[in-house]
Amino acid sequence: MSSCTCGEHAESQEVAMQKLFDKYRDYKGGLIPVLQEAQNIYGYLPKEVLQQIAKELRIPFSKVYGVCTFYAQFHLKPRGRNIIRVCLGTACHVRGGSKIFEAAKEHLGIDHGETTEDLKFTLETVACIGACGLSPCMMINDDTHGRLVPKQVGGILDSYE
Amino acid sequence: MKNLDQVRLKYQEQYKQKLGKNRIVVGLGTCGIAAGGDKVMQNVKEEVAARGLDVEIDFTSCIGMCYREPMVEIALAGAPSVIYGDIFADKVEKLIESHIVNKTPVYEWAVIQIPGEATPYEGIDIMEKSAYYEKQVRSVTSRLGRTNPESIIDYIATGGYEGIEKALQVERPAIIDEIKKSGLRGRGGGGFPTGTKWQFVYDARGDKKYAVCNADEGDPGAFMDRSVLEGDPHSVLEGMMIAGYAIGADEGYIYCRAEYPLAIRRLNLAIAQAEEHGLLGDNILDSGFSFRIKIKAGAGAFVCGEETALLNSIEGLRGMPRVRPPFPANKGLWQKPTVLNNVETYANVPFIIRYGGDWYADMGTEMSKGSKVFCLTGKVNNTGLMEVPMGITLRDIIFSIGGGIQDGKKFKAVQSGGPSGGCIPAEHLDTSIDYDSLTALGAIMGSGGLVVMDETTCMVDVAKFFLNFTQLESCGKCTPCREGTKRMLEILQRICDGKGEMEDIDTLDRLCRVIKNTALCGLGQTCPNPIATTLRYFRSEYEAHIIDKRCPAGVCSALLVYTILANKCTGCGACVRSCPAGAITGEKKGPHAIDTDKCIKCGACIQKCKFDAIIKA
Amino acid sequence: MANVILTINGKEIVVKAGTTVLDAAQEAGFFIPTFCHDPLNPGFGACRICVVEIKGARTLVASCCTEVAHGMVVETESPAVVEARKTIIELLLANHPADCLTCDKNGDCRLQDYAYRYDIRGSSFRGEKHNYPIDDSNPYIIRDMNKCILCGRCVRTCEQVQDRQVINFAFRGFNTKVAPAMDTELAESDCVSCARCLVVCPVGALSYKNLAGKARAYEIRKEPVTCPFCDAGCRFDLNYKGEKVIGVTAKESGEGRPLCLKGRLGLELLYVDKPLTPMLKKDDRFVEVSWAEVLGMDNVLKKLIELKSN
Repeated sequence: MSSCTCGEHAESQEVAMQKLFDKYRDYKGGLIPVLQEAQNIYGYLPKEVLQQIAKELRIPFSKVYGVCTFYAQFHLKPRGRNIIRVCLGTACHVRGGSKIFEAAKEHLGIDHGETTEDLKFTLETVACIGACGLSPCMMINDDTHGRLVPKQVGGILDSYE
Repeated sequence: MKNLDQVRLKYQEQYKQKLGKNRIVVGLGTCGIAAGGDKVMQNVKEEVAARGLDVEIDFTSCIGMCYREPMVEIALAGAPSVIYGDIFADKVEKLIESHIVNKTPVYEWAVIQIPGEATPYEGIDIMEKSAYYEKQVRSVTSRLGRTNPESIIDYIATGGYEGIEKALQVERPAIIDEIKKSGLRGRGGGGFPTGTKWQFVYDARGDKKYAVCNADEGDPGAFMDRSVLEGDPHSVLEGMMIAGYAIGADEGYIYCRAEYPLAIRRLNLAIAQAEEHGLLGDNILDSGFSFRIKIKAGAGAFVCGEETALLNSIEGLRGMPRVRPPFPANKGLWQKPTVLNNVETYANVPFIIRYGGDWYADMGTEMSKGSKVFCLTGKVNNTGLMEVPMGITLRDIIFSIGGGIQDGKKFKAVQSGGPSGGCIPAEHLDTSIDYDSLTALGAIMGSGGLVVMDETTCMVDVAKFFLNFTQLESCGKCTPCREGTKRMLEILQRICDGKGEMEDIDTLDRLCRVIKNTALCGLGQTCPNPIATTLRYFRSEYEAHIIDKRCPAGVCSALLVYTILANKCTGCGACVRSCPAGAITGEKKGPHAIDTDKCIKCGACIQKCKFDAIIKA
Repeated sequence: MANVILTINGKEIVVKAGTTVLDAAQEAGFFIPTFCHDPLNPGFGACRICVVEIKGARTLVASCCTEVAHGMVVETESPAVVEARKTIIELLLANHPADCLTCDKNGDCRLQDYAYRYDIRGSSFRGEKHNYPIDDSNPYIIRDMNKCILCGRCVRTCEQVQDRQVINFAFRGFNTKVAPAMDTELAESDCVSCARCLVVCPVGALSYKNLAGKARAYEIRKEPVTCPFCDAGCRFDLNYKGEKVIGVTAKESGEGRPLCLKGRLGLELLYVDKPLTPMLKKDDRFVEVSWAEVLGMDNVLKKLIELKSN
């Protein structure tokens, strides 16, 4: 999901944001859920959206930015439709997680934290996804792929749109 | 006060009927799904429909044997349940054909059986007597892999919500006394006595109190909480309700890491079901007690597992720990008295209330009562989840339950407690584990992640791995953790690169001491443990890296030298083509050689060599 | 409130309950260094330089955040404390430019003072250092985040004023940084240049642009003055070098009031020999403006001129 500027889409995004504000305006500690849902709406958190959130929730803009940059989940730049997270946790590490990462890197031609030009994939690493019994593993969106060997990686990636 | 008797009778009847049918149950925890469980489920449904079989299809969560996922359980009416392992989608047809149609279990795929009252099959291990389960207990994990986690019918039929019913009939202090009597200590890492904690919050003055569940399980190698949330979400809700009642809270929060989407989904479902049944909301069971639970999804910060950082995060702030005191018991969420426990701790509570504190205290050791769920991972044969009585030895866990080290290699160390924990060497394998013995070894119980390492694991590299983790996850608030972890990581990197000096060991020692002594929060104070323990037990490995410029385990690539064994090399040239640095030369059909100056130690040649002619040392 | 008896460095001391160990020790004449402690915004506990040893405690404790207790036995300079403080100073220095020779804070810098006191001649740690561009976009304030030790006092003082809260912590871990929203330059933010943050900065991360390079800290004599421009009565310092006032710096705000730029600039006009041309932000850019405009006297002046011409 990349941000789209075509009229209709942008309009529905704004409607969604208004709904979001109505839901969280008087909700204690609503900033993080609002950021999470805004990121679902836009695919990332553009500056204007952050400004709007600050204004609607009456939280200083600097503080909103501070929260955004603290949590790994939030992204201030556009992201790929599919998020690959290669696990480099302890178990995956000892079972060759970094080779899986290298394979993904090579297949997509992008490095850690980068997004492919067609906005199809963003490649990331994660410290542990809690599937150590299946190490080495990676997550693509919400799917976990386990017991990987490097040569499988390309095929798995190709199965995503 | 109302009770659940009628509902329970009805659900028990429904549950019994379900168990009385021919059944196929697919394991759909995160591990099962990751191994292909969804596809298995789909094939099961198609196969059953195609054959027009009268079979109840159900799903459950992870029974603990992650290394055998996908797992499928099949039971014919009146016959034992057989649990099969490694059932990939293509095996479904044969499995159904044999077990359901021909009424013959597929013995070679069977892992264990649960006979119940039926006569066991010959030749399949009975669960309680199998190597994996013999030394385990199944209390807090009793429903995992056995019931449908998305069904409140299953939960109530198996004794669920009996705890809160019982609790609501007694005075609040009596609940706290029962928890104290059980000896339950916090399962999230610190090991603080739960009853005492509840007492503090009970005693704290305040018109509003909170019960918060820490489900921000972030240690690499730990998935106890995820398994419980996915496998028995209602037990966590019930534990929180009991805590809420005992301390006088009417609101609860579950802070669950965003990386656990399935757990969050099942929790939401469980909350909706409990609300429908009048078990969450106003005036629960006409008792006058009201309680609501909200879920807050984390946003990707390990430090939020620290309790005060977690509270800040719920409040919508940066997850930076607060100074303590004041403790959350007095000034917690929004400065109100707050009880904070982790998932496993809460999940134990309904059992303690149902069966009594004495029952619980019967298990375990003098100072650490009850059972503990561990996750065994790394270079061990059986990786998975297990629940064991406190006091069991590491040897039992790793060699009896875990089935020993992979590929017949030699055990070197086990890392307990994640980034806050330490590496325990072979000479301490017979330590009976509880909170205090592990702390004495320089490690900690932590949340229960055990990562096994063998002779091919470099302990300096392990320390570096953990420091890299802590350094990336440090919140940045206090100087020792923010700046100190960075410098420790840089020193470890230099040592692994062969650029270390002997003074580096003293510097590491000093940084470990100072950070432990001065960091603001528990995570900062414990982050030197991986270095401190490896320095304590594996100092010679550090020295080998520094003095001999050698990595004894053959891991640190900068210190490795690749050599071609002339007697094994056939001169096929595969390595030459694979070498990105052009470091290999040799006559065709003659022995080749590696120019160590050009070699970048990538290991590509070793992978390509079919004759095991290339070694690294 | 009841009194508490405790022992600090072997000396028995009686203080009011609720006092922090830091205050108790300082009252008794013992030195404890602090970076992040701000008496007006206490309880942050981040820098850890104020740690002391308390008998029976599992770790050293931050004295700024710990209340005294009966029978407490405190050591403020035990070997463990000294080792910890030295290490913390070294860690900060390892990520700090070694340019004391030309730093305007030289002579008035806590990091420098404590390094001197604990005999730290440089950091024994080597490795990555921050390399942020210096932000001199604001006409009054220079921000050099390479010198920032992340004590957070500027953030907390800016937070005190409703509608400002211009800066906050951003990013995390080693990359933590004090920044305006979107990590822009200060000039792009809503900062009103009140300089409250400069009052509390213990190091050279924040400095006055108009004083840059004009005098060493020890050449400057400060004389307090109360701002006459409104009835809040904020306090400023006249900075004398010899007989000349070279600049006016903020000291403390009046009760319940912010410090303001107008007051400081007005005092500069009054006292400084050659005040710099004032600048105000218009259409998101700083432009030179007249003194009348900066002091909000445009209308008054206009009317005066009208009266005069009539």
